[in-house]
Amino acid sequence: MTILEILWFTLIGILWAGFFFLEGFDFGVGMQFAFNARDQKDREALYQAIGPNWDANEVWLVTAGGATFAAFPAWYASLFSGFYLMLFIVLLGLIYRGVSFEFREHMPTIQGTHIWERLIALTSFLVPFFLGMIFTAMVSGTPIDAHGNLSAGFFDYVTPFTLVGGIAVTLMSYIHGLNYSRLRIDGNVRVRASSQLKYLYPVLLAGEALFAILLFFYTDFLQTKTLLTLIILVVIVLTTVIGWFLTVKKQLEALPFVLSGLTLVEVVVLLFVGLFPRVMVANNPLYNLDIMNTSSSPYTLKLMTIVVITALPVTLGYQIWSFWVFRKRIVSHKVVE
Amino acid sequence: MVTLVGILDLARFQFAMTTIFHFFFVPMSIGLGVVVSVMETIYVIKKDEMYKKMAQFWGKIFILSFAVGVVTGLIQEFQFGMNWSEYSRYVGDIFGSLLAIEALVAFFAESTFIGLWSFTWDRFKPGVHVLFIWITTIGSAISSLWILAANSFMQNPVGYAIDNHMGRAELKSFGALLSNRQLWVEFPHVVIGTFVTAGFLVAGMSAFKLLKLKKAHPEIKFFRRSMNVALIIGLIGVAGALVTGDQHAFDLQSMQPMKYAAMEGVDKSITSSERKDKAQPWSLISVTNPDTHKVIAHIEIPYVLSILGNHSLTGGNTVGTTELEKEFQQKYGKTHSDIKDYYVPENTLFYSFRVMAMGAGGLLMLGVVALWMNRRKSKLILTQRWFLWILGVATFVPFIINTAGWLVTELGRYPWVVYGLMPISSAVSPNVSAMSLLISNIVYFLTFATLGGVMVWISRRALHAGPYAEEEEVESPSDPYDHLAKGVEA
Repeated sequence: MTILEILWFTLIGILWAGFFFLEGFDFGVGMQFAFNARDQKDREALYQAIGPNWDANEVWLVTAGGATFAAFPAWYASLFSGFYLMLFIVLLGLIYRGVSFEFREHMPTIQGTHIWERLIALTSFLVPFFLGMIFTAMVSGTPIDAHGNLSAGFFDYVTPFTLVGGIAVTLMSYIHGLNYSRLRIDGNVRVRASSQLKYLYPVLLAGEALFAILLFFYTDFLQTKTLLTLIILVVIVLTTVIGWFLTVKKQLEALPFVLSGLTLVEVVVLLFVGLFPRVMVANNPLYNLDIMNTSSSPYTLKLMTIVVITALPVTLGYQIWSFWVFRKRIVSHKVVE
Repeated sequence: MVTLVGILDLARFQFAMTTIFHFFFVPMSIGLGVVVSVMETIYVIKKDEMYKKMAQFWGKIFILSFAVGVVTGLIQEFQFGMNWSEYSRYVGDIFGSLLAIEALVAFFAESTFIGLWSFTWDRFKPGVHVLFIWITTIGSAISSLWILAANSFMQNPVGYAIDNHMGRAELKSFGALLSNRQLWVEFPHVVIGTFVTAGFLVAGMSAFKLLKLKKAHPEIKFFRRSMNVALIIGLIGVAGALVTGDQHAFDLQSMQPMKYAAMEGVDKSITSSERKDKAQPWSLISVTNPDTHKVIAHIEIPYVLSILGNHSLTGGNTVGTTELEKEFQQKYGKTHSDIKDYYVPENTLFYSFRVMAMGAGGLLMLGVVALWMNRRKSKLILTQRWFLWILGVATFVPFIINTAGWLVTELGRYPWVVYGLMPISSAVSPNVSAMSLLISNIVYFLTFATLGGVMVWISRRALHAGPYAEEEEVESPSDPYDHLAKGVEA
């Protein structure tokens, strides 16, 4: 195991974490097209809140995929071919979601606009749900053969654990999106977001507890890395509780948003810490894929490290600047004048 | 074995379908980026509001094409892992790094700045705002550099070594990858080709609109000026594409001779000593029997193949497909015994190449005439309705040309996924079922049909509404929730 291999495993974790933090809230905002919008002005405000940013947020996913391909090609190959149909649904979701944002405003009738807005809500739900399922299935053991190939049908991955995993990621994204709406949108959307959060935080806490229990039965995390796993689980629960308290009792906005993003980040940390040094857990431990037997050559890892060190600060710089430019609150009943 | 053939065919079909569809929108969006950047730059310099409107109007189509390009590009990135896992394992060390670099250094920039550009028209000074579209455009051109570096590796693998222990190809020289001869003919050709696509798209759509506008309509000026900007960019594109394309084809003689021979319909070599200094004829029409790989019939034009292949009136060194087949059997037969033959689909390559080259030639003439007819002092173009029709129909020609170009490039790579290194048949995912592939093929097909249809429909509507239409349509009184909202406010 080399330092570069560990670094790249960590970096891929960071890219996924960044993706869930950023696109997490715009999935959440997308879902609000169905659950937190009463009229066209609300929906327009929701769109305005993520319109300039969703595309760049999605690039985190592209980069995570590309980085996995570059740094651990055998992981990329096994993961993407092994979870074929689930990834296919994720792709379809991202395709229809992306075009819906653009198509909706070009429709001649309000009914036409609603078609694409319903698609935004549906796909914003499907993508985090299936990503959650893929990630939980990936850590809970899959039928990998000696060559690293994974041959399993769609329903082999549907277990109580993966279902709870999918729902948890979706719910976390939704809550994250509600917090984002409170931060960015004024008016009815914001009021309803606050009242929905009141009920959703306890549901999430129950979900987290269930997830922790299932984690014990479906993975070896609590057996092999007991202390570390427990600490992260406690941190996830604490983050949620503090977020709940600050939202409902203190009526804060910015901090709960950061915290709901952090819960998503912490889930990624939980999974990556539990995996390490494996990248995919096989039912037969002999066939586990790990960072040693899937990694690229030292030359490529070194090259990629140089690229990341040079490019990532610049990238982060202009992305943060972009969020700064669009910091102003949108008033949901004034957006379409 | 039967199922494996099925998987391979389905995976190849999917790659062709998704790539062709993706590449409708790639040159369209990069090229429109250039057109819109130029228009907004003219606005900044001249301070003429019409050019601002122009950038905004064509910017709508640009944003739409960008969005469809992005989402279909996701399929491209995921597809290598999903359908071609053996390929990904074998060359991921090289190929994967190029895709990752693309995302990091280019895709992030395009996506961030297109968001900034489209949402901040009234928030930044024109001189700053125009920078956003330029960064987006340059970012997307840099994107294509990395993607084409990856493709160039497949066409002409360089800078790698085989690691027998790991059983894969590994990167040895990043510099070699970036200075790949193939890349530096392919990249300029593709980028300049985007100018053609967007140039004739904007000119063609303007022509359709001019056909509709009544005499002395105020928008006539808008669309005539749009057409001029677009035609100039389009003509630069055609000229550039012809020059780079010629170099590209020339290089194939040494780099991928089978592709070249098929493109030119040459089955028997014309290199024998008595013909060496003679002029080589070029086939205008040629039919090859796909089973025997012999040319059955052709119509030839003298000299032209010498001009193309030797840049001279005589000579050239065109090796025929049958000789190349023998040569490749000797060269690769031992290490790649699973490959039956090295022939490429001759007829498809032959006619794709002619469609591309002649299409470009046609656009060149059309563009020059259009630019002359549309000159400022003349109203000629408005009276010649037949000509506007031709220009309108020419909107679709670059899309056909682009597809033809990629068919030559990618089908001409057969039977290799990485030329001379890895056969296509050993690149496919062994663990993906034919049913999964069939489902995804059908759904992708329906999705593309829908997206393409909606794109064309929206573009037509936007054109019909014109640049000065107020966008209030969404706020129609038929909103079923509207009375509720008013109730809340009251």
